[in-house]
Amino acid sequence: MDVAGIHVTPNLLVFGGIATVAALSAVGVVVFNNAVRSALCLVINFFLLAFLYFTLNCEMLGITQIVVYTGAIMVLFLFVIMLLNLGAPQALNEKWDPKRPIGILLGVMLFGLVSAQVFPGLMSVQATELSPALSTFGSPQALGRTLFSSYVFPFEAVSILLLIGIVGSILLAKRRI
Amino acid sequence: MLGVPLVAYLSLGLFMFSVGVVGVVVRRNPIVIFMCIELMLNSVNLTFLTFARFHSSVNPQTGLAAPSMMAGQMMVIFVMAVAAAEVAVGLGIIMAIFRLRHTVDIDEMNLLKG
Amino acid sequence: MLLWISHLHPALQALIRVLLVVLPILLIVPMLIWWERRLLSWMQDRIGPNRVGNLTLSRTSKYVPFFLRGKKMRLFGLLQPIADGVKLFFKEDITPSAVDRAIYFIAPALALFPAFAIGGTMPWGPFKELTPIADVNIGVLYMLAISSLGVYGIVLAGYASDNKYSLMGGLRASAQLISYELAMGMSLAGIVLATGSLRMTDMVRAQEAPLWGVVPAIQNWFILTPFGFVSAVIFLICMIAETNRAPFDLPEAENELIAGYHTEYSSMKFAVFFMGEYAAIFVFGGIFGTVFLGGWNFLPVRFDYLSQHMPLFSGLWDFMQMVTNVGAPLWFLGKCTLGITFFIWLRATLPRLRYDQLMSVGWKSLLPLATANFMVVALWILTTELYGVWGGWIAFGAAALILAGLYRALQKLTGDPKRFGSREVTMTQPSVGSTRTIELVDPTEVAKV
Repeated sequence: MDVAGIHVTPNLLVFGGIATVAALSAVGVVVFNNAVRSALCLVINFFLLAFLYFTLNCEMLGITQIVVYTGAIMVLFLFVIMLLNLGAPQALNEKWDPKRPIGILLGVMLFGLVSAQVFPGLMSVQATELSPALSTFGSPQALGRTLFSSYVFPFEAVSILLLIGIVGSILLAKRRI
Repeated sequence: MLGVPLVAYLSLGLFMFSVGVVGVVVRRNPIVIFMCIELMLNSVNLTFLTFARFHSSVNPQTGLAAPSMMAGQMMVIFVMAVAAAEVAVGLGIIMAIFRLRHTVDIDEMNLLKG
Repeated sequence: MLLWISHLHPALQALIRVLLVVLPILLIVPMLIWWERRLLSWMQDRIGPNRVGNLTLSRTSKYVPFFLRGKKMRLFGLLQPIADGVKLFFKEDITPSAVDRAIYFIAPALALFPAFAIGGTMPWGPFKELTPIADVNIGVLYMLAISSLGVYGIVLAGYASDNKYSLMGGLRASAQLISYELAMGMSLAGIVLATGSLRMTDMVRAQEAPLWGVVPAIQNWFILTPFGFVSAVIFLICMIAETNRAPFDLPEAENELIAGYHTEYSSMKFAVFFMGEYAAIFVFGGIFGTVFLGGWNFLPVRFDYLSQHMPLFSGLWDFMQMVTNVGAPLWFLGKCTLGITFFIWLRATLPRLRYDQLMSVGWKSLLPLATANFMVVALWILTTELYGVWGGWIAFGAAALILAGLYRALQKLTGDPKRFGSREVTMTQPSVGSTRTIELVDPTEVAKV
């Protein structure tokens, strides 16, 4: 079935559904005045992104996305939002601002500019069937083998960064040490 | 996924990135600005994984996925780790500012204006 | 036997699999509630619900067969949950006026969703055609990921209710769940390292190997291995914290938060929260059974090995093997029930923790011990590879040390010597002076005097 020159497959419909909801929830993050609703929209977006990662054969990273982003980072966000709300109920309200139309215009221009420059050359690129050796490129085994061989130095560097992050956040959050 | 062109994934990533940029520019709540930054990071992640998947090739020596396929995923792992550290510290900073000044409006944090 | 299923349309196969996971959870939740109430009342020397479901047949009616006339049928209150459900369904559904409406309505659904979704990678039998829904190569991670979504229902319910106590409950829940998720993940990581795979069915297969690699007649259930036992204890504690059950039920503490996050929920919305909690208990029991108790296997005995090496009783061994295979869902269910019963037992036994105790146990005891246990598994794998099977004894010693540490950490909760005696506390109100000395007396000492 062809619609406007695009071959419509069931896969494309599934992708379209997920992508539409993800895009709408991304807009919701910016639009909602209530920070909890913004956070909720972002949770939906991250959750759906995990499914998009699954469609790209990256099952390990998709599930990591859910564990790290929806399971940990967004809960932290909600925790802080609620903690601030508890302290000052009016602290998080925003008023209208002349920056808004300018910012939206900027965003539209960014989208238009980059898509006009990047997309024309890539229009015809379609996914090819992965060979059996490649179809597991997103599996935990393949990922682990690469991470602990070729990328072991960045891995260690990131672990130090995380340690610094832990120490820093404890220093910031604790009243008395 | 077969049948979905590369441009579809890329345009979703670009759209999310633009929305994130707009959010950073127009919002005044630092937590929402933070969330928009996360949105931008995730759109970049999506783009990395898309290119990793569409640039599929075999490493002739090992017969496994080529380094170019793994590099995209590795970048995503590191982005996630850095984002996690960033969120922990950033939210700590926001809490500290709130405790000091009892407001989190980003336009009022202008002590360094000179 | 089950091959005919693989000839059906894929969508139909998927539907059958989904139903086979969701329906049992839905059916078991009422039984679970009944079991909890009966067992709890037995432990507390009460009778508990024993009325609903009792039936006395008419002595004179001609519609009753003669041998049943006047007979009493007792179901021990098994229908009580149905009565409860009917009651909750017909209660007035009150929505407080100041709630954040959209989030208030979404929250119960969000609380229910993960409990049903976790079952997706849980194998309840050796039937590849039926179970699990998706035998993906990230099974354990999937389970961790989905269980980490369970916090949203609670947090959002607490936020949307526009009630200080509910909000406190939500805050407590988010802090608690994040803290215990880490230790849970670390304890499972050790098992994953020992298995060498994240796939749930591979985990069960790994537990069918000889015990410690040396005892060929016994299965290597992870709870029988030293590191697996430590993992199991840590996992069990974290599991209770993740499902907000006593003694970790701080988010819904009745006496301080008046039921916390679901204070403002009534009627069916409350019932959905309730159901989500029990479904989560059941599913976590299933995960514990799969990862530590050998999944669908009946007994930790390798019957196929025995029938080869003890041909005298080969008939018995073959029969037992058949029983194991045919009754696999039953044995799995039995293991779930074991976990659930343990939950109820704990609820009847232990008082609720203080909040600082909860946090210090999670961060200062369970997480380091789980990490140490992870290293022990690595050590065990390394020593067995270098020095053969018997080199694994080093791992035994290390695991015993960790277990002693775990025992000390839990002991501190009950027998903290620093609790008693006099100490100085800082007062929040300056009007009564900046510090004051308080005296805490050990009640058992008082009783002796």
